Amino acid sequence: MNIVENFDLYAPRLINKKELLSAGHRACTGCAEVLAVRLMCKALGENTVIASATGCMEIVSSMYPTTAWEVPWIHVAFENAAAVAAGVEAGLKGLRKKGKIDDRYIKVVGMAGDGGTMDIGMQALSGAMERGHDMLFVCFDNEAYMNTGIQRSSGTPMGASTTTAPAGKVSSGQKTWKKNMPEIMVAHGVPYVATACPSYPLDFIRKVEKAKSIKGPSYIHCFSVCPTGWRCGSHLAIAMGRLAVESGVFPLYEVENGKYKVSSEMPKKLKPVKDYFKAQGRFRHLGEEEIKIIQHKVESEYQKILDKAKYLKAWD
Amino acid sequence: MAKRVGMEVAVAVAEAVGQCDIDMAAVYPITPQSHIAEHLSELVADGKVNAEFVTVESEHSAMSAVIGASGTGARVYTATSSQGLMLMHELLPIASGMRLPIVMGIANRAVSSPLNILNDHSDIMPQRDSGWISLFVENGQEAVDLSIQAFKIAEHKDVLLPVCVNIDGFQLTHMVEPLELPDQELVDKFLPPRVPYATLHPSKPVTMGAFAMSDYFTEMMKAKDEALKNSKKVILEIWDEWAKMFGRVYKPVETYKAEDAEILMLTMGSMGETAEMAIDALRAKGVSAGLIKLRLWRPFPFEEIKAAVKSAKKLIVTDRAVSFGGPGGPAFSEIKSALYHEAHRPAIYNYIIGLGGRDVTVKDFIGMFDKVIPYDAEKAVDTYEFWGVRES
Amino acid sequence: MTKKKGLATWQEITTGCVVFEPGSASEYHTGSWRAQRPVWNDAKCIKCGICYVFCPEGCVQQSEDGFFKANLDYCKGCGICAHECWPRAITIVEEK
Repeated sequence: MNIVENFDLYAPRLINKKELLSAGHRACTGCAEVLAVRLMCKALGENTVIASATGCMEIVSSMYPTTAWEVPWIHVAFENAAAVAAGVEAGLKGLRKKGKIDDRYIKVVGMAGDGGTMDIGMQALSGAMERGHDMLFVCFDNEAYMNTGIQRSSGTPMGASTTTAPAGKVSSGQKTWKKNMPEIMVAHGVPYVATACPSYPLDFIRKVEKAKSIKGPSYIHCFSVCPTGWRCGSHLAIAMGRLAVESGVFPLYEVENGKYKVSSEMPKKLKPVKDYFKAQGRFRHLGEEEIKIIQHKVESEYQKILDKAKYLKAWD
Repeated sequence: MAKRVGMEVAVAVAEAVGQCDIDMAAVYPITPQSHIAEHLSELVADGKVNAEFVTVESEHSAMSAVIGASGTGARVYTATSSQGLMLMHELLPIASGMRLPIVMGIANRAVSSPLNILNDHSDIMPQRDSGWISLFVENGQEAVDLSIQAFKIAEHKDVLLPVCVNIDGFQLTHMVEPLELPDQELVDKFLPPRVPYATLHPSKPVTMGAFAMSDYFTEMMKAKDEALKNSKKVILEIWDEWAKMFGRVYKPVETYKAEDAEILMLTMGSMGETAEMAIDALRAKGVSAGLIKLRLWRPFPFEEIKAAVKSAKKLIVTDRAVSFGGPGGPAFSEIKSALYHEAHRPAIYNYIIGLGGRDVTVKDFIGMFDKVIPYDAEKAVDTYEFWGVRES
Repeated sequence: MTKKKGLATWQEITTGCVVFEPGSASEYHTGSWRAQRPVWNDAKCIKCGICYVFCPEGCVQQSEDGFFKANLDYCKGCGICAHECWPRAITIVEEK
């Protein structure tokens, strides 16, 4: 059901007006992840099949007997979105090859949260990307197992408090640095890898459209602010995404055939991470020393990306 | 005309599957299934089978991929054994719950621990409640025939359930047997293209794998149970059709000299052929022995079992898997339960045999009969025994 | 499908729980969740459409004259539109 279909937008004229994820979904108030999914669907268009992992996006959109999805969509289990997407891609390829379905190009997309991509979903994703299926995989990273109650994942940033790695008298939350999934995808030889955030909607849409045009594997890591899990006001979802990018906590960049390109949205001088932490309850416990360690690591990680953009050449 | 060949059964299964116009296969190797996967990939590589062949990175992904592909309307196949099947376990009820036709060949192999690559039924027995149609074969010809039939059963509009064909690993898969590969024209006539119930295609977008709250879940489970139970009707029709087209008859419970037998034995899988030789030997020495062979495991063939045992005084159920700490081997428990209300039911004895590839000879089968002959049929023996286990 | 006469029986539910009506989730009006609501001041609105872009529900609609408002059947009152509106044309008011 499309509520907004018949108007022209002044600035975002490039955005497809069709809503392929209907309202009525049960995402939390102010969920930036569902916003990202909504925008992704606009970029993908109707000739898409989505294979989703178990998680927030699956649960809020597919309560039988209704669905919010207006594109073909399949959910099977938690850890296998990439394998299901690979199967869909192979099935469509086989049917098309034998003339059993028409030969229109259908983009197959696998999507999962940070858990379903980087933890339990890692094997299936690695396999699918290695085999070179023509599919886009999008990780909607809200930095914890949000659907099951905010438990830590390998996507949880250092210092964040989650329900299984909470801040307490002898612990300051997540001990390890966020797993660098985009790098892992680049290491798989994925021809197009990008980080994105719905706070930069046109950039995100452009990246999805770029991935859609790749005939082969592609990967987008989408930073998804979760006001519920991060304990910030629901109205701040877009603002937090912006701060994450501007402070270098989540830099926006693309890697096309090994050539790194930092987004023009990145500021010349990064904002201090404490500005980003301020409004979020999950970082409230962090002391100055801890913030200093994180600040230093954010800067050095960002510098690595800048260096790669400067020195690494595209693959042959 | 149909080719009569001497072929390794696993290779023949791949040939048979290759005759079924599959659109996609996803496999992960595991002994003793690997020859099925390898030969199928050769057929694809040589252009003899036009299908997408995906060499996935685990069995869990193999099942995931065929579920996804089946959702697009493709005809799909996978195969596995033992640990691979156990790894797929999570997805089996999902495949049947989503009512997706999938055919899986299982080269039955023992489940760890300890690791054992040889044949028994401990891999398939834990999948009993998964909602899959489950068939057992005894020889290479049956493996070929049932692999082809499985697609038709799975895709039937009144079934729409995944089907597994159980083929004893090594004991059967690695044996070279004389068999007939059916004529391709007849297979094409028997097996028309799949007409999917719903497809993942933008021309008609659907949502597959929705989640259900408690208001719908029970109804979903009831619908699945009814579908599995009713599939027996379709299976019998398809076996009828097969008999007319190919001349080979299949029944849910096969019998061998069982009609007037006082003591019956039940086997599943390839051991049936060895047991037949034991029956002949026993009959020769005057024992009223007979054999029933369970071919259809799920849906469970209640009527056929009851009919087969109705005049027997004793029934020896052989199981090739253990239900630890439970009421006996899986087949034994189910048959006992099936016969509970019967006015006449035989005394049932349970021997766990052939675990981890341990050979069960004609002598062993005769020994089992000799053991139960002196038992008083009126006195229930409510226990199960590991046949031939070394005890201090 | 099951709207009129209550919950479906096991014979009536779709095989395999497949949902054939795309976007049928819109039957459920998430607007009932709302504790506050956005109000547009058309005098300040520059019709950039960013409120439309950033709405997680996709429920911000443009009227004939090009101004925007939220479809209150679905608006959850998250406040993103008001927070992101550059000219500060949107205010959040409490629901009564």
